[in-house]
Amino acid sequence: MTDLAGTAAGTATTTTPAREPLLKVEGLTKHFPVRSGLWGKGSVVRAVENVNFEVHPGETLGLVGESGCGKTTTGRMLVRLLEPTAGKITFDGEDITHTKGARLRKLRQDIQIIFQDPYASLNPRHTVGRIVAMPLQVNGITPPGGVKRRVQELLETVGLNPEHYNRYPHEFSGGQRQRIGIARALALKPKLIVADEPVSALDVSIQAQVVNLLRQLQRDLGLSFVFIAHDLAVVRHFCERIAVMYLGRMVEVGTRQQIYENPAHPYTRALLSAVPDVTKLGGHGRIKLEGDVPSPIDPPSGCVFHTRCWKAQEKCSAEAPVLLPNPNGSISACHFPETGEVV
Amino acid sequence: MLRFLIKRLLLASTTLVAISIVTFLLFFAVPSSPAWVMCGRNCSPERIAQVEQSLGLDQPITKQYTDFVKGIFVGRTINDAGTIRECDAPCLGYSFRSKEPVTDTIERSLPVTVSIVAGAMVVFLTVGIGLGMLAALKKGTVFDRVAIGASVGFASTQTYTLGGVLLLLLVYSTGLLPNPHYTPITQDPLDWAGGMLLPWITLGLINSALYARLSRAQMIETLQEDFVRTARAKGLSARVVNRRHALRAAITPIITIAGVDLGAYLGGVVITESVFSLNGIGREAAQAVQDLNLPLVMATVLLAAFFIVAMNIIVDMLYAVIDPRVRLG
Amino acid sequence: MTTSTSPAAAAVDPEAYLQVRDLKVQFPTEDGLVRAVDGVTFSVRRGQTLGIVGESGSGKSVTSMSILGLHNPARTKITGEISIGGKNIVGMKEQQLQRLRGKDVAMIFQDPLSALHPYYKVGAQIAEAYKVHHPSASKKEATTRAVDMLDRVGIPQPQRRANQYPHEFSGGMRQRAMIAMALVNDPALVIADEPTTALDVTVQAQILELLEDLQREFQSAIIMITHDLGVVSQVADDVLVMYAGRPVETGSVEQIMKRPQHPYTWGLLASVPSLHGDATVDLVPIKGNPPSLINLPTGCSFNPRCRYAGQNGNRSFSEVPELRPAGEPGHNVACHMSFETRQRLYAEDIAHAGVAQ
Ligand SMILES: Nc1ncnc2c1ncn2[C@@H]1O[C@H](COP(=O)(O)OP(=O)(O)OP(=O)(O)O)[C@@H](O)[C@H]1O
Ligand SMILES: Nc1ncnc2c1ncn2[C@@H]1O[C@H](COP(=O)(O)OP(=O)(O)OP(=O)(O)O)[C@@H](O)[C@H]1O
Ligand code: SF4
Ligand code: SF4
Ligand SMILES: [Mg+2]
Ligand SMILES: [Mg+2]
Repeated sequence: MTDLAGTAAGTATTTTPAREPLLKVEGLTKHFPVRSGLWGKGSVVRAVENVNFEVHPGETLGLVGESGCGKTTTGRMLVRLLEPTAGKITFDGEDITHTKGARLRKLRQDIQIIFQDPYASLNPRHTVGRIVAMPLQVNGITPPGGVKRRVQELLETVGLNPEHYNRYPHEFSGGQRQRIGIARALALKPKLIVADEPVSALDVSIQAQVVNLLRQLQRDLGLSFVFIAHDLAVVRHFCERIAVMYLGRMVEVGTRQQIYENPAHPYTRALLSAVPDVTKLGGHGRIKLEGDVPSPIDPPSGCVFHTRCWKAQEKCSAEAPVLLPNPNGSISACHFPETGEVV
Repeated sequence: MLRFLIKRLLLASTTLVAISIVTFLLFFAVPSSPAWVMCGRNCSPERIAQVEQSLGLDQPITKQYTDFVKGIFVGRTINDAGTIRECDAPCLGYSFRSKEPVTDTIERSLPVTVSIVAGAMVVFLTVGIGLGMLAALKKGTVFDRVAIGASVGFASTQTYTLGGVLLLLLVYSTGLLPNPHYTPITQDPLDWAGGMLLPWITLGLINSALYARLSRAQMIETLQEDFVRTARAKGLSARVVNRRHALRAAITPIITIAGVDLGAYLGGVVITESVFSLNGIGREAAQAVQDLNLPLVMATVLLAAFFIVAMNIIVDMLYAVIDPRVRLG
Repeated sequence: MTTSTSPAAAAVDPEAYLQVRDLKVQFPTEDGLVRAVDGVTFSVRRGQTLGIVGESGSGKSVTSMSILGLHNPARTKITGEISIGGKNIVGMKEQQLQRLRGKDVAMIFQDPLSALHPYYKVGAQIAEAYKVHHPSASKKEATTRAVDMLDRVGIPQPQRRANQYPHEFSGGMRQRAMIAMALVNDPALVIADEPTTALDVTVQAQILELLEDLQREFQSAIIMITHDLGVVSQVADDVLVMYAGRPVETGSVEQIMKRPQHPYTWGLLASVPSLHGDATVDLVPIKGNPPSLINLPTGCSFNPRCRYAGQNGNRSFSEVPELRPAGEPGHNVACHMSFETRQRLYAEDIAHAGVAQ
């Protein structure tokens, strides 16, 4: 909370220690041109719109929001699998928004991605050893002790038996496959891992195994994470700082405590109260949102949330709120932020 | 829709132009000349030059091509060794060999091919798809196994083997069927059908085998779909579920493939035509290639390409009509 | 769920609309016999909701499909009893089953996009469901009924929506349409197989509320199948926890969520992250993976993953534990450990982790 001036201008920096951020995202925007309608009139999907955030070394940032709010698109831009329409991505002090060629390859060693579907992201015809060794070979790296040794170390790190080296992905369960994906991501000793719904496809008991593994790796290796998920409870468990997205925009950023105990944005509150909770039997005291998320092709005017917000007033549809600090410490984009603890 | 059509028509015309150019170039890349074919290996160079000149082959290749294109759209005048011939649009030139206008050759042979293909399609669409669907519904039963077995057998036979055997069995030795021949349907519908019966059966059976396997696989996949389960959970009878829900979805991709096949077949079913000595487009085309008969080669190639391209567009539009999720654009 | 106390029939309420006794469903396959459901017993009254929880492959969907008689009899072995409104449907003729399906028992599926036919309009699909069981109704009546139902499940402009195709609906709208279709014949029993798994939380909240509303109105019995303990604790009156095709614990939602007694239920509760409590403590996952249903472990099928498998000498490895009363009425558990041991272990090991906190 040191540089509130910056945040007023739209840069979401909460509880920032004085050190340099590892990753800094400013005004990140992605529009997909699409055709629709009888005459194929061109229009754009505003998938991500002016998103700002920072990730510090060793920090875990959670990106949450409903389906289609632009989480995956944001993640893919970070690892440069998608070209941003506008905005700037700074990694380790260097502008990487348009990095190409050899430099991009070098960058890919530092930023790795883990995908949701552990099966689709592993080549079924390659052995586990080959899959995990691939990033090393592609980058021409021979670790001390040889590739095989390193791969076996990695397998051990993620809780797989090093003897599984010669097996194929189909011989593994979903959770084990996700471990293989994690081992592969770790092979190049990245500084930042973008994890796109890494546990969403897994059963609860297996999900807990993988979440624990990620937590342990994060602690032991001091990794930074951008952790994308729609399950707010999982995010709470893994991330120190959370950014909430709605319709391509960032609506609130704050620490775990701020977001889960004292959120300022009405959407954050609605999202939290919609999560069915085992500790509360029966579905009472829920904030009910009406209707569906609007189309990102034609987002509502002013605050994009006003079509579903129970607090919406005239101002909301006329004027888009900017990200501003709240009394609770978080930063949110709302004309009439909430105060007080959630029940 | 309109946008789609315009886009596809533009693309189709470019394709046809490209094909015509490539065919033209290929023709001249062949280290042989129609003149040799026409006057034999031992022709004197002078004679060759003479023949080439009479065929217009002495002109620069670009001029020949532009003349050809001009002929199609506005007609042209052809000087054949002193004889001046008027060739009205659409002019595809004169056959090197028979000297008749290529359009006449096409007019004569296309109905033959169309007759063969139309009847065969009826056979393989009904028999093939019917068997395939039934086999899928009775998956694992004796009926299914026999149907698969038979289709594997037929699919691996060649047209000329099957055609030859049937010809021998049904025509030559028993006389059950008349010798294959072509009578225009307008002249004598019964004789038309009679003469086509054997090609229909041959081409129909072989394709039935392919279509049976295809539709069986498609139907088995569709029967596992969630919406089929939903239909059953509504309390619909098996018949309604299979027909209204499963079949409707399973048949769509098959129609697509059938449309594309139809386009390909209309350009000539060479082997079938040859086996039964029917002078369809395919046979004319094969002969034209052997003779290096440029005008006829061009005409048949373009016709075949036209059918394929046209059927592709039609199939895509049909798909959009059947499947509401498909948007053209 | 019940007050009966005899072991096998423990979980069956003789008054209930649906009574399932010792249901076994097996699929002979090339690899061997798949014991998808292996002796499940439960019951649901009208107006009540039974939640069935368990991980992927535990036999939840197979159970629900048997209640509709949807398994192919040629390729499935079903034993036991499924009594719907007093009629046992195990072994019933297909024609009779058809009269039951969609009328007395209706089903809502997980993925409404693939569960609706892509080529037919939503209204037509609902009208079809009405017409099968009301053959004398005219086409117009059926259509009107479909539009009414769409309106009832909260779809705005139902007249216009009825004329659209499923792909023109949003995920939540589609699931509403699916619910409209299931309820069009006022079924006494509705089986919802993961109805909200494919939906966002805010939409899930809408759908769950809608189901509760409709249940109050129509007094239907609901079976809610899910792997989300949160959903269960929100809508269920009773809960059945399944593992590898077997019931491991049944009881009221209170009993299962607040005073669980089976190590597998504990495992589930301790491995689900919570919105409350200390976020910095590690979750307590269940080690290992679910077993193959072709080759179940001998004894208690949970024993390779159970931390307490050694507690009872060799019994966990040699003897299949039966569902037995677990103290409070209606609470049954299938575990060899004694009541006292379970109480102690729960307090010591579990009560502080995940949502169990
Ligand atoms: N290649 C593309 N072309 C057009 N639109 C796209 C493309 N990729 C994504 N979109 C659209 O952009 C929006 C954001 O998509 P994105 O995948 O980032 O969402 P998400 O938050 O990851 O959602 P989910 O939780 O479903 O994964 C969506 O409306 C999506 O339909
Ligand atoms: N027709 C079938 N033939 C063979 N095995 C089957 C068949 N149907 C289901 N199974 C097997 O039965 C087991 C139980 O499946 P079921 O679909 O009931 O699981 P579930 O509890 O619904 O899981 P999920 O949460 O993934 O939906 C699975 O292992 C499945 O592979
Ligand atoms: S700006 Fe208005 S509409 Fe938007 S979240 Fe705040 S109160 Fe709701
Ligand atoms: S019977 Fe044994 S293995 Fe099974 S749950 Fe109880 S203690 Fe664990
Ligand atoms: Mg995504
Ligand atoms: Mg299931």
